[in-house]
Amino acid sequence: MTRDYIKKPENIVAAKPRLLNDNTMHYCPGCSHGVVHKIIAQVIEEMGVEDKTIGIAPVGCAVMAYNYIDVDWIEAAHGRAPAIATAVNRLNPDRLVFTYQGDGDFAAIGTAESIHAANRGENIAIIFINNAIYGMTGGQMAPTTLEGMKTATTPYGRRVDLNGYPIKISDILAMLDGTCYVTRQAVHTPAAVKKAKKAIRQAFENALAHRGTSVVEIVATCSSGWKMTPAKANEWMAQHMTEKYPLGDLKNTVE
Amino acid sequence: MVDNCYFFAIFEKIISFKNFLIMAKVLGAVEIDRERCKGCDLCVVACPCGVLALQTREVNNRGYNFAYDHDPEKCIGCAACAEVCPDGCITVYRLVER
Repeated sequence: MTRDYIKKPENIVAAKPRLLNDNTMHYCPGCSHGVVHKIIAQVIEEMGVEDKTIGIAPVGCAVMAYNYIDVDWIEAAHGRAPAIATAVNRLNPDRLVFTYQGDGDFAAIGTAESIHAANRGENIAIIFINNAIYGMTGGQMAPTTLEGMKTATTPYGRRVDLNGYPIKISDILAMLDGTCYVTRQAVHTPAAVKKAKKAIRQAFENALAHRGTSVVEIVATCSSGWKMTPAKANEWMAQHMTEKYPLGDLKNTVE
Repeated sequence: MVDNCYFFAIFEKIISFKNFLIMAKVLGAVEIDRERCKGCDLCVVACPCGVLALQTREVNNRGYNFAYDHDPEKCIGCAACAEVCPDGCITVYRLVER
């Protein structure tokens, strides 16, 4: 007995969100960026704000995010997404402005913009994908690379005496008065995806309600950069990354 | 005779209620966009019932071994595969059959 008779529109429980368009994503198989794109599209669709959403795309793997989510986008210079978001939000205060940044963009070259935008308490949502590596350029060491982790530029593992410590930028931003919501989530299991979606929704609502800066850090995987299969990378992430970057809310002044 | 009919009606009610409790069956089905799939294996790992598998012989237009419903009878429509799919290529259907 086949189950084709179940396949009717009224029985759908999960499908590709309407705002995620038909372009095939350029990301590697199993990349966390795809999951985060999907949940952003779902959240914008559920909130019904696609006409007043402006996304700021970064430089990094997600540089072509504007090809995949069907809202308005602006491409920023490397690391300058929070600065552009500040301008957009000040000129159009009624819009939902969010930035989508990787760890090289947000925690390395864009540290000044990130910290000062959060310190000014701009009404934007920042989605920060932390995969502990520079994925697009070939797997070099990022500021968030774990101690002892092998990358293209640290082939014997990251050494603290030479390369410094992994930076926990979300913890730094949680200390600032301008931020209202700082959380760290992951997307490696269905339960984690649901939680991350809830966090992104909260951040977007904060941005629309002018409560201050919201930062949603997503601890992600880079199966190509880590040289693992996607399933193995998820496992490795749950074991090692969450040790240094524990999941959960770091700050929530809204409740 | 009247009494018999009465009891029969009650008996039927009990049976139907029992059916409602026990026989209610959750049927699920998945549909995978094979050209969009990149064969990352995450849905196969996430599926709690072992429905999905990657193709071992066939590939799609871009050369990936796409996922397919290997054992469709086991699907309960929980949508765990669709949650973790990075490319949004899975559509999940669910029907509660009584």
